[in-house]
Amino acid sequence: MSFDDWILALHLLSAFAYVAGMVVFWVLIYAVRRTDTPDGTIRMAPVVKVGTIGTGVGAVGTIVFGLWLTFSVGGYRIWNFWIIAAIVLWAIAGGIGGRTGKAYMEGMTKAQELEAGGQTGPNAELLALNRTQNGLLLHTAGSIAVLLLLIDMIWKPFA
Amino acid sequence: MISLLAAHRPTDWNFPLFVHVLGAMVLVGGLLAGASLITYARGDVRFLRFGYWTLLFVAFPAYIVMRIGAQWIYSKEPYSDLPAGVDDPTWIGIGFIVADLGALLVLIALIVGGIGVRRLNGGGGQGLLKAAMVIAWLVLAAALVAVWAMAGKPD
Repeated sequence: MSFDDWILALHLLSAFAYVAGMVVFWVLIYAVRRTDTPDGTIRMAPVVKVGTIGTGVGAVGTIVFGLWLTFSVGGYRIWNFWIIAAIVLWAIAGGIGGRTGKAYMEGMTKAQELEAGGQTGPNAELLALNRTQNGLLLHTAGSIAVLLLLIDMIWKPFA
Repeated sequence: MISLLAAHRPTDWNFPLFVHVLGAMVLVGGLLAGASLITYARGDVRFLRFGYWTLLFVAFPAYIVMRIGAQWIYSKEPYSDLPAGVDDPTWIGIGFIVADLGALLVLIALIVGGIGVRRLNGGGGQGLLKAAMVIAWLVLAAALVAVWAMAGKPD
């Protein structure tokens, strides 16, 4: 394997980490929609961390190794349409991902406040925060951006 | 290798490749989510169940999509009709081993975990779900090796 082959492998592994992290968040979104207790919400924190690490490592790895390949592999240019499209989609997905995280952290923060106040039972306000429609829409939009990114990487339009 | 691949991959390979890669990505995500939920359940029955259902309803269907995509694109590759005595390249061999052994392990994890989930109501089954979790982590690790092999194409 050449050095570029290794970089491509790391680029692809990063992409897998990114999508895997997003899948973890989809599973958590489904789970948290039925969760109305502080304990049940807080219990998800370690798995949230797994998803955050996946998307974080994936986002950094895809762009760093992807840009490396752009400049290193013959035939690729930074101004190629599919590469510009990939960078734009990556930025959009990252921006949306940050906002999604903030939307869902409101429920986690509320759960911590309730637990600190000694309230352990079901709470309607917590359930409403966990069922954030804004967060769901944002994660859907972020997932569509990542899906388009994958399509762009495979079809390489106007290459 | 990379520039050669980029320049010469026929366009009719794109959709099967997309199906294969998307299936593999969701499979990795499903394994990661399911195994993580069981790992961090700390005896919480709801989490144990949810981890198992994630393996069953996310990872398993994604495995099928990944495997269909793999066979589809393999049928288009020149390696699919090599003369007798000529083996597939190493990276394809790694892919087949991981996919086929992975399928067996995923099935074992689902059966063992399924029995575990049934026993949860009676207060048991946690050990079986932990066994399913260990298998899921193993398959996940093997899947990452396969991703490395698919991308780097070692000789």
